[in-house]
Amino acid sequence: MTQILIKNGQLIDPVNKINRAGSIYIVEGKIVSVTNEPIGFKPDTIIDAQNKLVCPGFIDLSTRLREPGHSRKATFKSETAAAASAGVTTLCLQPDTHPVIDTPAVAELIKELAKKADYPQIYPIAALTRQLEGTELSTMLTLKQAGCIAVGNANHPVRNLLILRRAMEYAVSHDLLFMFRPNDYWLGNNGCAHEGAFATRYGLPSIPEAAETIALAQCLELVELTGCRVHFGQLSCRRSVIKIYQAKKYGLQVSADVAIHQLHLTENNITPFDSNYHVLPPLRTEEDKQYMRQGLASGTINSICSDHQPHDIDAKLGAFPETEPGMSSLETLLPLMLKLVAESVITMEQGIASLTANPARVLRIESGALTVGFNADVCIFDPELEWQVNTENWKSQGMNTPYWGQTFKGRVTHTLQAGKLIHSLENGSH
Amino acid sequence: MSDNLQLNSEGKLKHFLSIEGLPKELLTEILDVAESFVGMTDQQIKKVPLLRGKTIVNLFFENSTRTRTTFELAAKRLSADVLSMSIATSSTSKGESLLDTIRNLEAMFVDMFVVRHAISGAAHFIAQQTAPHISVINAGDGQHAHPTQAMLDMFTIRQIKKDFSNLRIAIIGDILHSRVARSQIQALNTLGVAEVRVIAPKTLLPAHVESLGVNVSHNLNVGLKDVDVVIMLRLQKERMTSALLPSESEYFKCFGLTEDKLKIAKPDAIVMHPGPINRGVEIESKVADGPQSVILNQVSNGIAIRMAIMAMAMQKQGIV
Repeated sequence: MTQILIKNGQLIDPVNKINRAGSIYIVEGKIVSVTNEPIGFKPDTIIDAQNKLVCPGFIDLSTRLREPGHSRKATFKSETAAAASAGVTTLCLQPDTHPVIDTPAVAELIKELAKKADYPQIYPIAALTRQLEGTELSTMLTLKQAGCIAVGNANHPVRNLLILRRAMEYAVSHDLLFMFRPNDYWLGNNGCAHEGAFATRYGLPSIPEAAETIALAQCLELVELTGCRVHFGQLSCRRSVIKIYQAKKYGLQVSADVAIHQLHLTENNITPFDSNYHVLPPLRTEEDKQYMRQGLASGTINSICSDHQPHDIDAKLGAFPETEPGMSSLETLLPLMLKLVAESVITMEQGIASLTANPARVLRIESGALTVGFNADVCIFDPELEWQVNTENWKSQGMNTPYWGQTFKGRVTHTLQAGKLIHSLENGSH
Repeated sequence: MSDNLQLNSEGKLKHFLSIEGLPKELLTEILDVAESFVGMTDQQIKKVPLLRGKTIVNLFFENSTRTRTTFELAAKRLSADVLSMSIATSSTSKGESLLDTIRNLEAMFVDMFVVRHAISGAAHFIAQQTAPHISVINAGDGQHAHPTQAMLDMFTIRQIKKDFSNLRIAIIGDILHSRVARSQIQALNTLGVAEVRVIAPKTLLPAHVESLGVNVSHNLNVGLKDVDVVIMLRLQKERMTSALLPSESEYFKCFGLTEDKLKIAKPDAIVMHPGPINRGVEIESKVADGPQSVILNQVSNGIAIRMAIMAMAMQKQGIV
């Protein structure tokens, strides 16, 4: 029986209302105690977490690992190593892989790839529509049985509201969560930057706030009509926060997340024509950022995701509008969350909950807490440890981050996934 | 980045990509240098040996006759060797092939690229990627900038009006899609004019256009009042099919420059147009060919201004 002891750390677990010095006792991959030492406990491994924080492993609601289909950009091996070193123990995978996650075979292939990468806790999100084309329903029940945790259409539009309505009704019938990034394709007008002063000055095709908020408002109406459980992903603007707040107050069963970079960057931060700032939804205004931050602090937005999208060099090498959108962002997730705590936007407990307990609740999985009987998914980090974003420290194959070269405070030292040490700063990882 | 990219460590022009980030003194210097070339182009022998032995490649990823011709003439009058390439933008010519084109030409010991491209930021991208000894001149990138056009317009304005400080300028038409307008607005504001106005329907104005430092009007009769310089922009036919405008005739009725409308501006107002003109769509022939029009002056000045910019960008190599 493998037994692990994590001692001397400061335990933080928002679900069980723990914020104290203590130890975690792990037997056969499960947490057996966070208080007293169990009788006969003889650890094979002892992790000394002196001066470190110990919390549940992070759950990321939106990532792309680029396999299957785009292994030139990244692989399960490279990106799960990045996830492990970032303290992330559970990943949701967007369905826009190649082939698309719309058959059980692809879902099974993903499970297989995850196992091979020694990182089993990867949940595919099934395509809402066949081939993500927005016209025919996918075989949602079969996909659920093959291990998909939710349905979604990634960044692809659904042809019309009738199809969206039926897809949501069908999802309800099989008790499936719908993960939706609101974006009206036509209003988006193939834009690459927020419709604001920056896009105007540099003559870039732009995306108005309304592309997001109109799609969001339409979907909220359909939530009421269909009763579908919807999680709105990667919101970016002020009016979206207001709409989610009103919908929740009105009693709709909805939740929402924000990509970590939307809480820190705005159009004003963009170095002109630097394609590392090309993301979708686009970086918006200072006011939008403040609303996203307030939304997070008040609980209107309950989760933070990385929205990790690694790219190869060629994808980002070109004139801004021609480059592919997305940021490699798993490894900056924790330090950027800690920055929100340092700037008094949220408390440490809120920050950790937005990466653990809250996404677990969205997905309805037994994770995101240091609860006895749960898988021992644990993240141990040193909030004071400084590190630089450089080739030596970076694990993701995608180096497409505007934070390249910057020094951050706060680094994960150990990550356990179901009681298995998948990252340790001392020994290198994985 | 965009600011520093254009200037070398001594603050001299290295690339000419955008008006943004260039100080007033530098813009004035460009106008002064161009002034010295204007007299020269009237002479029998139109060449100076400033860029002898230098190779300039015109890379036109987008069609153009006038701009390419004036760049060619400007380079030849500076005694440079010029090669003009028209590269149709095929579906495959994305980042990699653009970069490959540049790399191949670099390997042929080119000294300067003059680039026109349909995507905003293309000239910046090439300037970042190219070998350090090569200068890049932006001859128009997407909807971003067309700085040499803006400078020849400034030159034409200064020729006639002498001083910028009291001028009111109205720019009329498709501001949204116009790289010319963006560069003109930046140049006019840098040179310190009294007011820049843009006049267009809301569908042809970018969001937050005021952030560029302009006043906005949707009415030509109001917007032209007290104006010293009227700049008309070309209206592309595609604007009708993309639901930005209902019809050419309705556009002409509201925003077309006629003799009557021009009377609202100051009596000595000049009329400019970056060309090519759509007669009867944005401007009436009587105005385009009339006494207040300086449209052909703009074309002739284009050569002198491009000579000045090319010569100054090469100056960093200590040859001028």
